[in-house]
Amino acid sequence: MRIEKRAVPSRRLQLAAPLLAIAFTLLVSSLLVAWAGAPVGKAYALLLEGGFGSTFAWSETLTRATPLILTGLSAAVAFRARLFNIGAEGQLYAGALAAVALGGLHGGAGFALHPALLLPAMMAAAAVAGALLLLGPALLKSRLGVDEVVTTLLLNFIVLLFVSMMLDGPMKDPTAMGWPQSVVLQDALQLDKLVARTRVHTGLIWALALAVALWALMKYGTLGFQIRAVGANARAAAFAGMPVGWVTVKVALLSGALAGLAGAIEVAGRTSYVTLDMSPGYGYSGIVIAMLAALNPLGVVAAAVFVAGILVGADSMSRAVNVPTYIADVIVSVSLLSMLVATMAAQYRIVFGRRAAHAG
Amino acid sequence: MSSDTVLRLSGITKRFGSLVANDAISLDLGRGEVLALLGENGAGKSTLVSILFGHYVADEGTIEAFGQPLPPGQPKAALAMGIGMVHQHFTLADNLSVLDNVMLGTEPLWWPFSRRAAARAKLVETGQRFGLGVDPDARIADLSVGERQRVEILKALVRGARILILDEPTAVLTPTEVESLFGTLRQLIEQGLSVIFISHKLDEVLRVSQRIAILRGGKLIAVLPAAGADKALLAETMVGRQVQMPTRRPREPGATVCSLRDATVQSADGRKLLDGVNLELRAGEIVAIAGVAGNGQQALAELLFGQHALHSGRLELQGRAMPARAADWVRAGVARIPEDRHAVGIVGDLPVWENAVLERMATPAFARAGIVKRAAAQAHARQLIERFDVRGTDSMGLDTPTRALSGGNMQKLILGRALMGAPRPRSTAADPPGGSGPAWGGPALGPGGDPGSDKPATLIVADQPTWGLDIGAVAYVHQQLLDAVARGAAMLLISEDLDEIFALADRVAVLHNGRLSAARPAGDWTLADIGLAMAGSEAEHAH
Repeated sequence: MRIEKRAVPSRRLQLAAPLLAIAFTLLVSSLLVAWAGAPVGKAYALLLEGGFGSTFAWSETLTRATPLILTGLSAAVAFRARLFNIGAEGQLYAGALAAVALGGLHGGAGFALHPALLLPAMMAAAAVAGALLLLGPALLKSRLGVDEVVTTLLLNFIVLLFVSMMLDGPMKDPTAMGWPQSVVLQDALQLDKLVARTRVHTGLIWALALAVALWALMKYGTLGFQIRAVGANARAAAFAGMPVGWVTVKVALLSGALAGLAGAIEVAGRTSYVTLDMSPGYGYSGIVIAMLAALNPLGVVAAAVFVAGILVGADSMSRAVNVPTYIADVIVSVSLLSMLVATMAAQYRIVFGRRAAHAG
Repeated sequence: MSSDTVLRLSGITKRFGSLVANDAISLDLGRGEVLALLGENGAGKSTLVSILFGHYVADEGTIEAFGQPLPPGQPKAALAMGIGMVHQHFTLADNLSVLDNVMLGTEPLWWPFSRRAAARAKLVETGQRFGLGVDPDARIADLSVGERQRVEILKALVRGARILILDEPTAVLTPTEVESLFGTLRQLIEQGLSVIFISHKLDEVLRVSQRIAILRGGKLIAVLPAAGADKALLAETMVGRQVQMPTRRPREPGATVCSLRDATVQSADGRKLLDGVNLELRAGEIVAIAGVAGNGQQALAELLFGQHALHSGRLELQGRAMPARAADWVRAGVARIPEDRHAVGIVGDLPVWENAVLERMATPAFARAGIVKRAAAQAHARQLIERFDVRGTDSMGLDTPTRALSGGNMQKLILGRALMGAPRPRSTAADPPGGSGPAWGGPALGPGGDPGSDKPATLIVADQPTWGLDIGAVAYVHQQLLDAVARGAAMLLISEDLDEIFALADRVAVLHNGRLSAARPAGDWTLADIGLAMAGSEAEHAH
């Protein structure tokens, strides 16, 4: 028996790989559920029901998926160009802060602009804030070869401390009874709900539209072509005359803007003000989602809904059968690992054959 | 079986999946004989010697060395029975001395003292016996390629090798070093050793061996005595069909297309990669740069690929100074063929059609308003595949990942991409951009040219265009390059293969240590001259 690399990956295996990975994940996680003393079948049923079993469950899952789609897209486009942006968390907060800084000026009145103008301005400000935050690491990488993993990761802490300073200082809501939170956006600046009496908001539409737009850009656009070429073989891209450094900068601006928008849409759609705990690691989860989706923008939507459903479902399961909610993190992590293994394994084939039938 | 047979392979078969790499190969090696193993890439030469040396285990068949069965899959057993191998890529530690390298792996690790004196005596004695003089205390890093190869051979001999396998030993040597290697081989066989010499160069094989075993598609096609064999017959047996050897048409050099004046290029740490280089490339003429790898070839190629800026001096393309922007060079009609086709020439993960327009995807021919014109790009790719006979896209078509192509087909894709150039605008009256018509005197389209839609290349820069390709593909690439030059392109050929240089070049210059000799007509160089110049003693000749 031998393992050989396939020259051309099998299409069928590539599609089967994620399903096998999920099956394996559920198997592994069920051991932990059983260890926690809960009935495995019931726990999974509750998890599925809590995440996808009702209109309300779906509404919660999609609400949670909205920022995850955006941070997932942010990671997907950057990773495709081999720009390893680990800083989506910081970019998300920078975007959220920029949105509230613009929309919440003068006690929430903004510039006294009409909300129809102020809302787009807010979103643009968030995108610019996220983009600029990633511009520095991208320039350091393309000019001086500084590792962007380190710079973007460390920037997260700087941004969070900056946000903390602002929330306890100039941007603090005076009516919040001492809590470190920003002023509240006026109602006109908040995104409409998609379904009455739920929390799903029009930000979901924006996230889906951006996913489709990014997919089209990667597939049909010259920039998308350049991003794929630079990511797959930067030397060949440079030889062919592509401006590799410039492409890296464009990717950084795009990736940072998407993460910044995630923050603004989260503020305008769900929280209506900035707190230091508004993101339970959406930026980092975006990386997981992008990898689960094999960096495909449409796959990001599916992966984000999957992860959001697990997170939401685990909450309600944990209340019912007393398995800690951390099971959700385990499921997501194991699914990522088995997904990576499965997609790699799909590039190989196992050959059965006689070995060493050496006469003599 | 005569008592003189030292090695006998019987019915060796090795399969990789559905591929039969070796198909029932039976072969004898005589005492004091040089047996050449000749075949194209993928014919099964490497697999066969890997089985012999124990890297692979044969599916069927047996090997006998000196009358004893050779245990399969054990390089140590092969060594113990006197089979030594010199790999194409040396396995020496650069930072250690010759003696250290020869001793490496011969002593038990738990022995507290190293027996250096004994090992040194043995090394010196072996060196004298076979005429392989090397200073035992020299550091490998300070040795030339030829000397390193001698160390590799010594390493095998000191371990008691009686059968020596040499894998493409001349690929990295200068002509002088090749002569010295052949001298060594003669001494080896005079003393009763046997040699298996792997090569795809016909001249060498004819000169050095007594018998020639020809492999094709995993099968042993013929074993011929070298005496009386001729090149054409060998080539035909090896390839399995008649090889169209490239034909040259007489041509007159036209106007200067590209010139270098006192060109100096420095590395990031200030070393001079190119030092005061003067060169003139004229339309309809091929200038070849000979030289041992690492003497500035890469800097020269990158300069003319538009990837590297001059430190001082002047570089002009069609009378204009050119910036170091690859895209501008492509637009100016420079056909560029890089040395490393996998790492630089193509993006392996992208489909064939995208690689076919890699250099021009962002130009108006293939994109509008930031959107790729898929239909135009794919039509161009389809035309390229047809015209340059790129194979291996049958099952998945234009979407085949380019890394799935064989080396030869990859090179055809790169060649086609470079030579086809940009599609001409639709309007029939259009002049080439830049106003003036072609500056060269040659025919606008020669035989073999498609009178279709493309602008011919003005300058071809080819860095090792046939490296690692088999005879058929080499002939094809050479013919395409010659045709393009006949259509009026100027061409710079950088090559380490002197056969290639003399097959193509009108003028030849030698690059040594960043300095370029004067480009003299190819007929003025003798092999000895060029060998000396490659080794750096051009200074006396130049003035």
